[in-house]
Amino acid sequence: MFHIYCPYCEELREEEEFHPKGQAHIARPEEPDACSDEEWGDYLFFRDNPRGIHHEMWLHAVGCRKFFNITRNTVSYEILETYKMGEQPTVGAEHLAREEKTAREGKTDSVQVAEGGQQTVGASDAAQASVKGA
Amino acid sequence: MSNSVHVYDARADHATVNAQSPLAYSFQRSGMPAPGEEGRAVVGERAFLGHLILRGGAIVLDEALREVLGIGLPGRPNSLTVDADGQRSVQWLSPDEWLLIVPGDETFGLETRLRAHLGGSHVAIVDVSAGQTLIELTGEAAHGVLMKSTVYDVDPHAFTVGKGVTTIFAKTSVILRRPDESRWELIVRRSFADYVYRWLLDAGEEYGIGVARESRHESQ
Ligand SMILES: [Zn+2]
Repeated sequence: MFHIYCPYCEELREEEEFHPKGQAHIARPEEPDACSDEEWGDYLFFRDNPRGIHHEMWLHAVGCRKFFNITRNTVSYEILETYKMGEQPTVGAEHLAREEKTAREGKTDSVQVAEGGQQTVGASDAAQASVKGA
Repeated sequence: MSNSVHVYDARADHATVNAQSPLAYSFQRSGMPAPGEEGRAVVGERAFLGHLILRGGAIVLDEALREVLGIGLPGRPNSLTVDADGQRSVQWLSPDEWLLIVPGDETFGLETRLRAHLGGSHVAIVDVSAGQTLIELTGEAAHGVLMKSTVYDVDPHAFTVGKGVTTIFAKTSVILRRPDESRWELIVRRSFADYVYRWLLDAGEEYGIGVARESRHESQ
């Protein structure tokens, strides 16, 4: 059980209230008629499944019932930031690279507040260690 | 356009129809135990209130509400404004959605006046009175009962007066709010009212929970 910050409710709420809804920032092709089958198939069916930083849509299903975005580390489950629909993430893959560098240099303190100013929760020490030790 | 919306009074004609509240069945089937000596937890239904869902932009709805009802929308997420005599309230449900609760016999008139005031504004008003009911929980152990039932932090110091949230309650969801120091209110869906009622009786057993005598579940 962990808490997720809903950018609309403006507070941390129980994980149980939320549903994950898959990859965020998928743009609909400007001209669907001009798409090749491959492009349209990519848009409809193919999703990234990265090891590390992932931007996802989540729904505050039992709450304000709004969609929003989460930047999440798929290895440690650490949530690096949450932000409203229409906004852009402030944390990307370079964040992870920086963390790994820090870990290699022997610093073990886990980041609690991301650069975006949002909360960071859900990463157990063990999970952190496994990322950093990798 | 709002002038093309067909608005009608959805309330039963109480002179000819004996309306029953969502908990009428539960009171019969599960009984209405009397509160314990100390009355540490008391549950009651406030049936037949008018529940209106308002959707649209905050500014236009706030202005219309102030004009028509004399109270404005709550300014913050997860909060609630209550009028001077505590009979009318507006609660934030989401960035473009509010729940307005008023005495039942005011519902239709209020909806009509709001629509007239809002004119062609891009808003929606839906009367959901028949779809949900309000359960009141009082007594010193009220938050103890809630602590066993919801994942939300209901410590009275954290869940202060004027706060209201939609959250998980047992295996369903409720709108939970605290209009004043002594009362908690649960707004439950009609189809889940029986479940929530029986859950409350069970969770409150150790506190000697009982049902307020004035709970009115049939209109006369
Ligand atoms: Zn929310």
